[in-house]
Amino acid sequence: MSRKILEVRGLSRIHGKGCPLCTQHTGPEFDTNICPFCGSVVAAHDINFDLYRGEILGIIGESGSGKSSTVKMLYFDDAPTSGQATFFDGAEQHDLFSLNAAQQRSMRNKRFGMVYQNPHMGLNFQISAGGNIAERLLMSDLKHYAEIRRRAGELLSRTEVSLARMDQNPKTFSGGMQQRVQIAKALATRPPLLFLDEVTTGLDLSVQAAILDLILEIQNELDTAMIVVTHDLGVIRLLAGRTLVMKHGRVIESGLTDQILEDPQHAYTQRLVASAL
Amino acid sequence: MNENYELPLEDAGYSFGFLDEYAKKEVRRCILKAIAIPGYQTPYASREMPMGRGFGTGGLQITLSLIGFQDTLKVIDQGSDDSVNAVNLRQFVQLTCPGVDVTEKTEEASLLQSRHRIPEKPLTQAQILILQVPYPDALVVVEASEARRKIMHAEADYSRLLVKLYEDIVHFDEITISHRYPTRINGHYVIDPSPIPRWDVPKLHQSKALVLLGAGREKKIYAVPPYTLAEPLVFDDIAFRVEDFRDATGVRHACRCCGSTVSFLDEFSNDQGMVAYQCSDSAYCEEQQQTGSAA
Repeated sequence: MSRKILEVRGLSRIHGKGCPLCTQHTGPEFDTNICPFCGSVVAAHDINFDLYRGEILGIIGESGSGKSSTVKMLYFDDAPTSGQATFFDGAEQHDLFSLNAAQQRSMRNKRFGMVYQNPHMGLNFQISAGGNIAERLLMSDLKHYAEIRRRAGELLSRTEVSLARMDQNPKTFSGGMQQRVQIAKALATRPPLLFLDEVTTGLDLSVQAAILDLILEIQNELDTAMIVVTHDLGVIRLLAGRTLVMKHGRVIESGLTDQILEDPQHAYTQRLVASAL
Repeated sequence: MNENYELPLEDAGYSFGFLDEYAKKEVRRCILKAIAIPGYQTPYASREMPMGRGFGTGGLQITLSLIGFQDTLKVIDQGSDDSVNAVNLRQFVQLTCPGVDVTEKTEEASLLQSRHRIPEKPLTQAQILILQVPYPDALVVVEASEARRKIMHAEADYSRLLVKLYEDIVHFDEITISHRYPTRINGHYVIDPSPIPRWDVPKLHQSKALVLLGAGREKKIYAVPPYTLAEPLVFDDIAFRVEDFRDATGVRHACRCCGSTVSFLDEFSNDQGMVAYQCSDSAYCEEQQQTGSAA
């Protein structure tokens, strides 16, 4: 059985009415992603990549380069203008953008996980940390209270959140702990594919290191495939085996992370690496 | 619309049951749809009634659409036939439906309009129970957007309601919902069964009588057809529990009037702080007193 889990081909997203010249007059060579003719924003254009089971793929780029847009489309937060994404789930194969809204929601709740930069987007601050995890478990049709408590406790322990705080509201938690609860929630259904969107941004360095270690441990334990979106080269260096570099909605360079960091080919990547050193 | 249509001359200046024929037809159609899709909230064009929204206009419109000369009506408010709201609604129906009989006895009624209670006496196939509903959507406590609630109902996604129950158990060791207990009908839609207490929820399950629920302000009608599954939302390992009316020593309180220990009780406190219990269903209590056969 192939270990491929996700195949993305020609993924594009244009905000605005769009025109035939949009993609020809935007991109890194024009130094803009705004079409000079119709004013539409080319958030992502012709994104192609494969992802394999247990692999971590990094997407790096400056603000507005299209990295979060790409992940949003794959997590059904936004609809693409064109392109295909195929999700290989065991023996089954799903064309993600052909699924109807109900199937997309089911896929999102049961087979994908998402950790946002802002915990307010991923957590419900009206209920306890355990309740947040219970919500994901209940969505996957587990209706046994004691079992839900056991699984929620296990996940929180695994993400190093004290069990004594399981029944407390996450708004009383530190930023790092909120992120760990978000990761526990995203992992509740043991999804084969996890999206992480700037998960360490805004956290101090020691907390960042702990979160990154946790992500690596989870990858090793559960063989979860992950797409990590960041603008931090340190995060990419530590986590990702392969990396896509994006600018103005295009992938300008892709390959093994070490290769990109040691021998960047594109002028923008060279500047990016040089500025980090 | 048929422009040549005319009401028969003898009926032209008069419409039995207050509502005009078009309104009755609209409500009846929605009732049929609600019965066909158990638990589904059917939208309808709720009419202005000569009383404020929230005083039972939804239930009253269903009653007035169904009632005929041969019917006998019972109106209850919080279990009592004598409360102001019940008396006013009953008088209104008598005024606008001449010839219709009214009763306080559950077994004599063919139509029962009720707020907050289902009668203690089991209903029969020949009866229709109409419940007045203030808030028809059980999901409103967890989701503010009606558009999203509709999707959640369509996909039978009630996980967030269960999270509410989970949080209750975590913080209070039990589910604290006293009334409007979310109930799944026929294995799909979860309804708000109007503000009936938990005591009455099991009466919906496989009920012999047709149960219609009408929300006038929210413009929704839904139904629990006869012999239909009605299951309170619970976890697999935590059973649904009704009020037990036990004191600190575990003894069940009895009705101060008829002595019943098998009915739903209202709690009364006097100025001295003394607490007494009495049957909520006044007709049942009176019958028990007359027959002296209270358990």
